[in-house]
Parts: sequence; C-alpha cells; structure tokens
Amino acid sequence: MIQTSDLAISVAGLEKQYGATRAVNGLSFDIARGELFALLGPNGAGKTTTLEILEGYRKADAGTVRVLGLDPDREASQLRSRIGVMLQEGGLYPGLRPLEVLRLFAAFYDNPVDPQELLARVGLDDAQRTTVRRLSGGQQQRLSLAAALIGRPELIFLDEPTAGMDPQARAITWEFIQELQAGGVTIVLTTHLLDEVEALCDRVAIIAKGALAAIGTPRELMSQSIANEVLFTATPGLDIAALARALAMPVDSVRHDGDGRYEIRAAGTPALIRSLAEFLDEYQLELGTLHANARSLEAVFLQITAETEAANVGS
Amino acid sequence: MNTRGVVAQARTELTLTLRRGESLIVTLAIPLGVLVFFSKIDGTAPKGYRSAVDFLVPGTLALAVMSAAMVSLAIATGFERRYGVLKRLGATPLTRSGLLIAKTAMVLALETLQFGLIIGVGIALGWHASIGVLAAVGIMLLGTVAFAGFGMLLAGTLRAEATLALANGLFLVLLFLGGMAYPLEKLPAFLRDLAKALPAANLSECLHGVLSHRVGQGFPTGSLVMLCMWAVVLPTLAARWFRWEE
Repeated sequence: MIQTSDLAISVAGLEKQYGATRAVNGLSFDIARGELFALLGPNGAGKTTTLEILEGYRKADAGTVRVLGLDPDREASQLRSRIGVMLQEGGLYPGLRPLEVLRLFAAFYDNPVDPQELLARVGLDDAQRTTVRRLSGGQQQRLSLAAALIGRPELIFLDEPTAGMDPQARAITWEFIQELQAGGVTIVLTTHLLDEVEALCDRVAIIAKGALAAIGTPRELMSQSIANEVLFTATPGLDIAALARALAMPVDSVRHDGDGRYEIRAAGTPALIRSLAEFLDEYQLELGTLHANARSLEAVFLQITAETEAANVGS
Repeated sequence: MNTRGVVAQARTELTLTLRRGESLIVTLAIPLGVLVFFSKIDGTAPKGYRSAVDFLVPGTLALAVMSAAMVSLAIATGFERRYGVLKRLGATPLTRSGLLIAKTAMVLALETLQFGLIIGVGIALGWHASIGVLAAVGIMLLGTVAFAGFGMLLAGTLRAEATLALANGLFLVLLFLGGMAYPLEKLPAFLRDLAKALPAANLSECLHGVLSHRVGQGFPTGSLVMLCMWAVVLPTLAARWFRWEE
C-alpha cells in the first residue's frame, strides 16, 4: 500500500476543457517518489495538457492534483524551487551561449549544480562558443534537460526529451536520466519512442481521449495482451515454405517483412519453438530475437488506443 | 524574492540587448544620427529656440526613451514569448514581478547609456545646457512607463513578427509626429491635433518645457497631464491583455 507521503504526484478526476474540446476527461493516477514514469498516448490525447496542469501552467477545471504534496495552481511558488521542467520545444534564449543559459538558471535556485560541470555531463562542453540558435536540435534538447536539472529538483517533467536526437545523444540522455533516478529523483516523461519506455521506465500510463486507458509496468501491460504469435529475427530470405512444412503449418501462417523479421501466426507452444529451433539449426542459420505470445509495448499501445477510438465511435 | 535571480535576469536582458545589432541601431545610432544630422540643417528649430541643437536635444532624449522602452523592449519580449522563454521562466522560482523588475532595470540601464551619449554629443554641438535636470529625469521616467507599457502590450498580444513590424513602423511615424526632429508647429493642423494626443509628442513637449530656453512659452501642463494618463492606461492594458504564450 502506497502512503500519501510517498507519492510524488496524485491526480484524481482531472478535467480540462478548451472551448468545445475535452482535452482531459476524468483522469486519475498516482506516481510514487523515485519512479521513472512515462505518460503515453497519441497526439492530442491530453498528455501535454496533463503535464502543464501538474507543472502549474494551467488550472484544472475539476479534480484534485497534488505534486510533492502541493497544489500546483495555488502553491506554485513553493513548488517551483523543487521541480525541473523541460518543455517540448523552445524555452531557451536563442542569443545566449550554453554556459550563459545555465548560469542564469543557476541563479534562480538556492543550491544549484555547478553549470560548467553539468554542461560536461550532458556532452555540450565542446559547444561552449556557440549560441543556442546555432546548436543542433539534439544539442538544444540536452541543454534544455540540463536547465531542468540545475536546481537539484526532486521531481522533473520531461516532455519528449529525446525527440530529434540521434541515437548517440539519445543513449547519453537515457544514461543520464537513469543516473538521476538512482539519485532518488522522480521522473515523469512523455515520448513516442516505446522501445525506450519498454526497456527503461518503471511504470507507464496510456492516455487516450483524455482518460486513462491502461496503467502498469511495461511487463504487466505486455503480458495482459497475449497474442497467438511468435516473432523472431533471423537471416533475411529464409525459405518460408520450407519453414512452414517443418512447423507442419499452412504456408500463409508464416510471414517475412523482407528485412529479417518473421511472424508465425500460431500459439507459441514449446513444440512449435522446438521445431523452429531445429529448422534454424539444420540450415545453420542465426537466430536474433525471439518473442513468443507477448507483444511489444508498441503493439500493446496501438491495440489499446485503437480500442479506445473504436469504443468512442461506437458510443 | 530571490535577489540574485533578479540581478542575473537583468544582466542577461542587458547582455542580449547590447548583443543585438538591430537594437543598437534603433536605440543608439538613430537618435544620435537624428541629433547630428538635423542640427546641421537650417530651419530645424522652431521660433523661440536659439539654435537647432537646443530644440533637438530634448527631442532626441524623447526619441531615445521611445526606442528603448517601446521598440527594443517590445521586440525582445515578443520573440522571448515566441521561443517559449517566458513560459520556461514561468516554471522557475523567478516570479513574474521579478522578471518585470529585471526588464525595467535593463531599460533604465540602456537609457542611462543613451542619455549620456546624447547629452555629450549635444554639448559638443553647442547645446545651451539648461535647467530642470530633476524634472527632466522625472518626465523621462514617466515616458518610460508609458512606452514600456505600450511595448509590453504589443509583445504580449501580437505575433512576434507583427510586434517587430508595428514597433518599428510606429517608431518612424512617431519620430515625425512626436515633435522630436521636426517641430509640431510645422505640421498641418489635423496632424498636429492628432500628434498632440499621442504620448510621443506629450513626452517631447514636456522635455522641451524643462530643458529648453524657449522664449514666450510656459510649461506645457496639458502635455504632462496627457503623459500621466498614458503612463497609467498603457501599462494597465498590458497587464490586462498580456499572454505569456504565443
């Protein structure tokens, strides 16, 4: 049982309407202190609106919101020294250099991290002479992340922190986020990159049409959605017909996407896996990854959001 | 409030202003250029002035206030709003009043630089430096409040590009309708009446009133009343309608 004092965030019955559009419609969830929590959902699902209410930018129409035990609307000034915020885009003076940005933000907090040190931590110490407007998108994102962390926040909000980053910058960023978590910081983020979430986040909430569609650990969500299918990667161009014969199945139950990813449309029984392994072994083929009966978080996400859409159309 | 944060914010505002070439052109090069150029042209000074430069120093001081408090502030703030800087600062412990204090400090520092240069160049051009320094400072503060209010009103309600265009356009129009480089008396009657209702002419008239040896004219009380009115109305409208996000 989670105690109220262990909660970093508690949202109950949250509603927000813009004109005729219901952006958030009765959303409830809790986030424990120290969690790395992802808020997922299609564009327009209400993720950013929810984050902006938690950050104190917007007033909820109805419902209760507590962030670090405080009301982000009425107790904003107490909250601001304890949270860090990374906006989806912008937020930095284009005419300043990275170190100048961090020195400015450092001056707002009582016990800031050393700006120079933080700049090196996010891998920007070779961009010191460049103004923000000339940094690449990924470099701007990392500077924005550093600015969110300079005040040693207890809780940080990251709105699509790795959007527009190359794989290397993304790896640096995730390593950094995990270090923060190890240091006890609660992290709430949104992203569209579900493989990252699957591997790295503690818990996930999927929001669709402004309401909670699913919540749990990535493993829980993936196992809720059992699929009669086996997915594997191997050498491209396998003889599909031969494989289907080896599995004693009709030829159209095996598919290949042309890129070394294969799908067998049948329950992944131990016997089927054995036949598959024997087939690959016989032809001395490499086996890459193998998923039996469990879908990727991405597949689960698509299924859940599609169900929500369908339910809305039906009602 | 966190003083260190406000000081750092003010320093950043000033650094950025001095780094923008276009802001230096409008706040320093144009007022000084107007002062030097028109002081060499016969017939600039209206009746009652001993020389052109006596008319131009108060006028270019008013122009300087308009360029710093309206043009430079509006454009910088408009683009800060566009780039989400204002929104991002809103999530830090820097309060809105802290941000406004920092912006005010930036404008006053810039004006101090402008006034030093204009007065220095004016004296070199033979300005009969005059009475009423304290009154002049008070009037310029009043003008700063009025024009900064208008600058923030533009920046907080329009798109950044529209703010840029309008602030620069109004700067040019008010330069000619403000009694700054060109005397109001020489305008056609309908333009003169319009000009006298606007804060630019109110400010320059008041400054002429305290800084010039004008023969046969008293202090323009009507202009001072109008300027006070603008200094209340424009910031009030800005506070009412300013939106932190574009």
